[in-house]
Amino acid sequence: MSRIIATSAINGAYKIVEQAKDMLAKAIEQKGKDCKVEFPNTGYYIPIIYSMTGRAVETLADFEKVMEEEIKPLMPEPVSEDMWLPYLGPTLDAGMATLFAEEIIEACKYLIGPNPVDGIWLGAADDVIMRERGIQFVDGSAPGFAAIVGAAPDVQTAVDIARKLQERCLYVFMHSHNNGTTFAEQLVEGGVQLGWDTRLVPFGPDITSAIYALGFASRAALSFGGVQPGDFRRNLLYNKNRVFAFVMALGEVTDEWYATAAGAINYGFPTIADSDIPEILPTGVCTYEHVVSNVPHDQIVEKAIEVRGLKIKVAHVDIPVAHSPAFEGERIRKEDMHCEFGGQRTPAFEWLRMQDIAAVEDGKITVDGPDVDSLEAGGKMPLGILVEVAGRKMQPDFEPVLERQIHTFMNEAQGLWHMGQRDGNWMRISKDAFKAGFRLEHIGKLLHAMFHEHFSSIIDKVQIKLYSNEKEVLKLQEQAQVVYAERDARLAGMVDEDIDTFYSCTLCQSFAPNHLCVVSPERPGLCGAYSWLDCRAAYEITPSGPNQPISKGNCIEPKIGQWDKVNAFVLKTSGGGVERMSQYSMITDPMTSCGCFECIAAVLPSTGGIMIVNREYAEMTPCGMKFSTLAGTVGGGNQTPGFIGHSKHYINSKKFIAAEGGIKRIVWLPKMLKEEIKDTFVKRAEELGLGGEEFLNKIADETSATTEEEVLEFITKAGHPITALEPMF
Amino acid sequence: MDSKKRSSDKAAQEMISRMAESNQQNAWDRLDAQSPQCGFGKLGVCCRICTMGPCRIDPFGEGPQVGVCGADADTIVARNFLRAVAAGASAHSDHGRGVAEVFIAAAKGEAPDYQFKDTTKLYKLAEELGVETKDRQINEIAEEIGKIALAEFGKPEGNQLMARRAPKPRQEIWKKLGITPRAVDREVVEALHRSTMGVDQDYKNIILHASRTALADGWGGSMLATELQDILFGTPYPGRGEVNLGVLKKDEINIIVHGHEPLLSEMIVAASMDKDLLAEAKKVGAKGINVAGICCTANELLMRHGVPIAGNFLNQELAVATGAVEVMAVDVQCVMQGLSEITKCFHTKLITTADKAKMLGVEHVAMEEKTALKTAKEVVKKAVENYKNRGQVHIPSEKQPAVIGFSHESINYMLGGKFRASYRPLNDNIINGRIRGIGAIVGCTNPKIQQDYTHTNLAKELIKRDVLVVTTGCATIACGKQALLNPKEALALAGPGLREVCETVGIAPVLACGSCVDNSRLLVACSAIVKEGGLGEDLADLPVAGACLESITEKAFAIGQYFVASGVLVIFAKELFPFVGSKNVYNYLFNEIEKDMGGRWAVETDPVKAADMMLERIEAKREALGINVEKERKLYDMEERRALTV
Repeated sequence: MSRIIATSAINGAYKIVEQAKDMLAKAIEQKGKDCKVEFPNTGYYIPIIYSMTGRAVETLADFEKVMEEEIKPLMPEPVSEDMWLPYLGPTLDAGMATLFAEEIIEACKYLIGPNPVDGIWLGAADDVIMRERGIQFVDGSAPGFAAIVGAAPDVQTAVDIARKLQERCLYVFMHSHNNGTTFAEQLVEGGVQLGWDTRLVPFGPDITSAIYALGFASRAALSFGGVQPGDFRRNLLYNKNRVFAFVMALGEVTDEWYATAAGAINYGFPTIADSDIPEILPTGVCTYEHVVSNVPHDQIVEKAIEVRGLKIKVAHVDIPVAHSPAFEGERIRKEDMHCEFGGQRTPAFEWLRMQDIAAVEDGKITVDGPDVDSLEAGGKMPLGILVEVAGRKMQPDFEPVLERQIHTFMNEAQGLWHMGQRDGNWMRISKDAFKAGFRLEHIGKLLHAMFHEHFSSIIDKVQIKLYSNEKEVLKLQEQAQVVYAERDARLAGMVDEDIDTFYSCTLCQSFAPNHLCVVSPERPGLCGAYSWLDCRAAYEITPSGPNQPISKGNCIEPKIGQWDKVNAFVLKTSGGGVERMSQYSMITDPMTSCGCFECIAAVLPSTGGIMIVNREYAEMTPCGMKFSTLAGTVGGGNQTPGFIGHSKHYINSKKFIAAEGGIKRIVWLPKMLKEEIKDTFVKRAEELGLGGEEFLNKIADETSATTEEEVLEFITKAGHPITALEPMF
Repeated sequence: MDSKKRSSDKAAQEMISRMAESNQQNAWDRLDAQSPQCGFGKLGVCCRICTMGPCRIDPFGEGPQVGVCGADADTIVARNFLRAVAAGASAHSDHGRGVAEVFIAAAKGEAPDYQFKDTTKLYKLAEELGVETKDRQINEIAEEIGKIALAEFGKPEGNQLMARRAPKPRQEIWKKLGITPRAVDREVVEALHRSTMGVDQDYKNIILHASRTALADGWGGSMLATELQDILFGTPYPGRGEVNLGVLKKDEINIIVHGHEPLLSEMIVAASMDKDLLAEAKKVGAKGINVAGICCTANELLMRHGVPIAGNFLNQELAVATGAVEVMAVDVQCVMQGLSEITKCFHTKLITTADKAKMLGVEHVAMEEKTALKTAKEVVKKAVENYKNRGQVHIPSEKQPAVIGFSHESINYMLGGKFRASYRPLNDNIINGRIRGIGAIVGCTNPKIQQDYTHTNLAKELIKRDVLVVTTGCATIACGKQALLNPKEALALAGPGLREVCETVGIAPVLACGSCVDNSRLLVACSAIVKEGGLGEDLADLPVAGACLESITEKAFAIGQYFVASGVLVIFAKELFPFVGSKNVYNYLFNEIEKDMGGRWAVETDPVKAADMMLERIEAKREALGINVEKERKLYDMEERRALTV
C-alpha cells in the first residue's frame, strides 16, 4: 500500500529540508552569504538543482533562494489519514525537493565539514571522472548503476552482491549506513578493491550522498544528451531511457530513504529493497515497478535488473576467474601479484595476424614453455601472445584494430592486469587468480572467447599461441616488430585524398541526437577511440551499425574540406540540423561535437590563434572557461564557429584545422598535453619548418600564461610565427 | 408515496417525506400528476413544426404513417432529435459565450472584480491559438484570446479551432463526413433551418448535422467555456469538499447558488467572506455565512474552491424545504419553475440573476460584469436581512466528504508530479490490464428514475470490475452523496487492479471532473490518452464508454451525440430516449452510425446491465488493441535502449 510510502517519503522530505535549513544557516553564519559554494571541478554548478531548475548556484545566498523559490513550493501537505488527496505527484515533488535539499547539505559540508571526502568516501565526482565514466553509458559498456543504500547483513553478502553487479558491468554507488556499518566498509573488510576503476564507488556514509549518484546521472544528460539546464523533463526521461540505474535499499528503510528514493523515481530509477516494506507495482513513472520489496539477497541483483528492465549479456568464458568490464580498472599491487610479464622486466609482445583459413584451427591453444605454476609468488617470465585469426571478411587492415582489443579483454578478467600494447605490454596475474587455478592457457581461452563474442561477423576461427620460453619470445618479437613498423608506415601514409570513402560515426546519437562524426584517415573521431580503420572494421562487423561508409563525392571546398555527398549525408544524418560540415576548418561550418571529445580547440581572438585544452586539465584556461564549461558550449551537436571538439591524435594530423593554418595557430596548450603529444608534434613542426621543439616552446602553457592577455604577451615575446599569419576571421 | 422509491439518497428521502407531510409539492408529485405521459412524445413521433400539424405517426402501423406534409416517422424523429441536440448545444454554448464576454471585459479592465487566476493556462491557450505572447501584457494577450474565443460562436467562416485538439484520424473522419464543426451559431441556425417544414427529409442527413452541431458544442462552445473559466477562476486541482443537504448550517446564514454559470456565484463566494457582511451576519445572530451549491454551479464552485454542495437537480426544492435557506440565487438552466411556488412556503428568497432567465413574480437582481462583486454583495446582504424571517428549520444530517477537482491538468500532474507529469501511468495500467478501461458517468437526475440510484450503482458496478470512473454534472453529486468520491470508502468497492493503481496515485476510483460543460474535459483527457501512446490512434480505439442513465435536459443529447461523433459508446436509460419511434433512425443511431463515427448510442435502464454493455465494449476495444494478450516483460539491451526516444 503506497500511501504508507507517500506518508513516509513526505515526512522524510520535511526532515531533510529542515536539516538543510540548519546546515545552510550554520554555513552562512560561519562563512557569510557571499561565500562561494561548489562541488570540486565541475562546470555544472550544483548539478541536480542546475539541471532541473536551470539555476547556477554560486554562493550560499543562492541556496537561500533555492530554498525559498524551488524547495518550498514543492513541499506538499502531509498525507491525510482518511481523506487523502492524490499523493503520487506530490510525493515525487517532495522527492525532488529532498534531492535539492540534500545537495545543499552536501555542498555545505564541503565548506564547514565534515568533509565528504574522508577515508574511503569519495564525495562528488568531478567532470573528468564524469566524462570518462559517463561515456561508458554512451557506448554501452556500463548499462547503468546500482545506488546501494545501507549495508548488507554481513560481509559475504555484501561481497556477493557487489561481485554480481560488477559481473553485469554495472557501477555500484554506495551511500548511507545500516546497523552500524556501511556497504563500502563491508566490501573493504571482504578484501574488495574500491574506486572508480573497479566501478565500486563509495560516495558517502549518509543518505544525502545519494545526490552524488543522481547528480552524476543529471550531468550525463547535460553533457552527453545535449539536454539544456532547466529542461527537467528531458533530463529525467533521458535517464529513464538511457541510464538504467536503480536503488538497492539494504536494511531498515527510514523516512529519509523513502524521500530520497522518491527523488530517484523521478529519474525512472526504481527501488528494490531487502526489507519487508510496502510495494508499488503499477507502472508508469519508472519503466516497470516502482518499489519491490522483501527480495532475498541471493536474488536481489537479478530482481533489480528485471525490475529496471535491463537486458545484460554475460558472456561466459571458461576461465577460473570472473570476467566483466567492471574489473577492467582493477589494479594488482606488487604484493598481491603472483607473477608478471613484460614491462621492461622480461621480453613480451602481443601480436594478432590473419592467416589463411586452413591454417587456423579454431579454439586451439598452445603453450610453449613453462607455465606460471613454475614460478614462486612475485616472479616474472617472458610472454609472447600470438593470436591468429581467419575469416572470409577479415582484412589485414583490421589486424591492429583487433589486436588493440587484447588490452581490454585481458583487463576485464578478475585478477588479470594488462597495460600497453604490442611489444611494450605489461601484464600481471594476481595471487587470488593463481590460487583459483588461472594458468597461461586461460589467457588463450579468454581471448578466443572474447574475439568470437565481439567479432564473429568478420572472423570465423581464432587460435592462440602462447610462448614463455625467452628464446622463442625474442625470435617472434622480432618478426612482430617488422609488422608493427609496416603497419605504422601504412597508416601514416594514408591521406584523405587517396580514398573515396569516409566513415560516419553516430554512436553518440543516442545521447546527442544531431551529432555525427565524419571520420577520415587524417581526422579521427573526436573521442579518440575511432580511427578511419576502426570505423571501417566496425562497419564490416556491423553493417547496419553506427559507422556507415560515406562516398565523398565531389570536392566542393578543398581548403576547408567539404564534399557534396558528405554534406548530403550530414544533412540527412543530423536530422536536418546541420547543412554543411568542414573536415578541416574550425571557423567555417565546423564539425559538431557530441560531448566525448578528448580536447577542445577555442579561438583566442586577440592573439589571432587558438588554445587547446584536454579533458584531464581541470584548471582555468586563457579563454576564461574551464574545460567543463567549454564542453557545455561546444557539445550537444551544435556547430559553434571558433570552437571544435577533437581527438589528441588530430593535433598532429596534416589536416588539423588546415584551413586556418594548422598547428601554427596553436598559442596555448596545457603542459600535460604538450608532454603527451610531444614526440609526434615536434616531428610535425619540423616538417613545417617551424623548428621542432623550438616551436613547442613558443606555445604558452599554464606556467607562462593563464589569461588571454598573458598569452599574447608570451607569444609576442617568444616570436611565435602566428604574427605572420592572416587573421582567422 | 414511498420516498425510498423516489430517491436512493437518505437526506432526499427524509425531505421528500417531510414535504409530503406538509403537503408541499415537488417534481415527483408533478410527475405523478402528469402520468401517464404522452406516448407519441415518448417515441418522438409527433411533429409540431408547422401549423398543418400537429401531426403524429401511429407507432402500431394502423393509423397514419405520414404527417400532412408527407413527413414519415424517420424524418419526424430525426428532426426532433436534431432540434434537441441544437437546443442542448445552444445552452452550453450560450454559457460559453457569456464567459467569453466577461473574459474580454476582464481583459479590458471593464470587469474589475475578475482576474486571470491561471496564467499558465492562459499562456498555453495563447500558444495553441497562435496568440503572440512575447513582450505583451497579460491583459493584452487575454483580450486577443477572448476575441478569438468569442468569434468561435459566430464567425462567418472557418472551423472550430478547438476541434484541432482531437487526434488527427478523428479530424479526418469528420472531414470525410463533412461534419467538422464550424461556428456554434451557424450550426444551430442550420439545424433549425434544416429541421423546419419542408427542408431536410433524409434522416441520415439530418442526423449527420446533429453530429456537426453537437461537435460544435463539445469541441467548441463547451470546451471554450471550460478553458476560459479555468483561466478566469483557476484550473481545478484536487481538494476536499462536502456533499448533501447536511452541509446547510443551522446557525449560519445559508445561501444556495444554483444553475450553471460560475460568473456570479464566484462573486457570491467572495462576498460571503466580506468582513462587513460577516459582521452584519453576527449582528443578526448568525455565526457565519454559508454558501452551498446545487446542480452544476455547485460543481464549478466545489471543483475550484471546495464550496460545499447541497445536492443535485432534484435536491433544489428539497433544499428550500429545509427552511434553512435565506437566499437561493439562480442563473440559467435546470432551474425549476416549481421553486417559485415552494419558496412561497418558506422565508427563502428566490433571486434570479440572469437577464435571459427571469421568473414571473420572482425578484431579479441583474448581474453585470462591471459591478459583479457589488451585485453579489447585494445578494448576500439580502440573505443576511432575511435570516430573521427563518421559521422552523429541518436540516437532514446526511453529508459526505469528497475529493474533487480532476481536470486534464490535474490528472496530468497527479500521475507524475511537476517533473514527470504525464498520462503514462494511466495508459500503462490500462495496457497492462490493471485498469480495464474508463467509464464516464454523466448527467442529471430525473424523477422518473429513483434519484442517484443508477448513477451510483453503475459506478459501483464499474469500479468493481476495474473500470476507472470519471463523472460530471449531477451524476458527480450523486456519487459524492454515496461516498464514492471518498477515497477510503470507495477503494473498498474497487476491483483489485484498479484499487492497486488508485492506491499508488492516492485517488478514489471515481473522479469528479466538474460540471456538464466540463464534459469537454473528458474529450481533452481522451485525446491526451491517445497522444500518450499505446492505446491506438483515435478516440474510437480507446477502451472507454459513457453512460447518462438519469438524463433530463436536451443538453444531454448534445453531449451524447458529441461523444458518439467522437467515437464513444453512449448509453441512456430506455425511457429517457424519446427518439425511438422510427426503426430506421433507431437502427442508425444504435448500429449503423458506428461505421461512420466509431461511436454509437445504446439504451439500458438497469445499471448492472449497462455496466455489462460498457464492459463488453471496453473488452472489445482492448482485444482490438491487442492489449489483452499477456506480454512478456521486455528487457532492453544497449541497442534497444538506444532506440528509445529521449
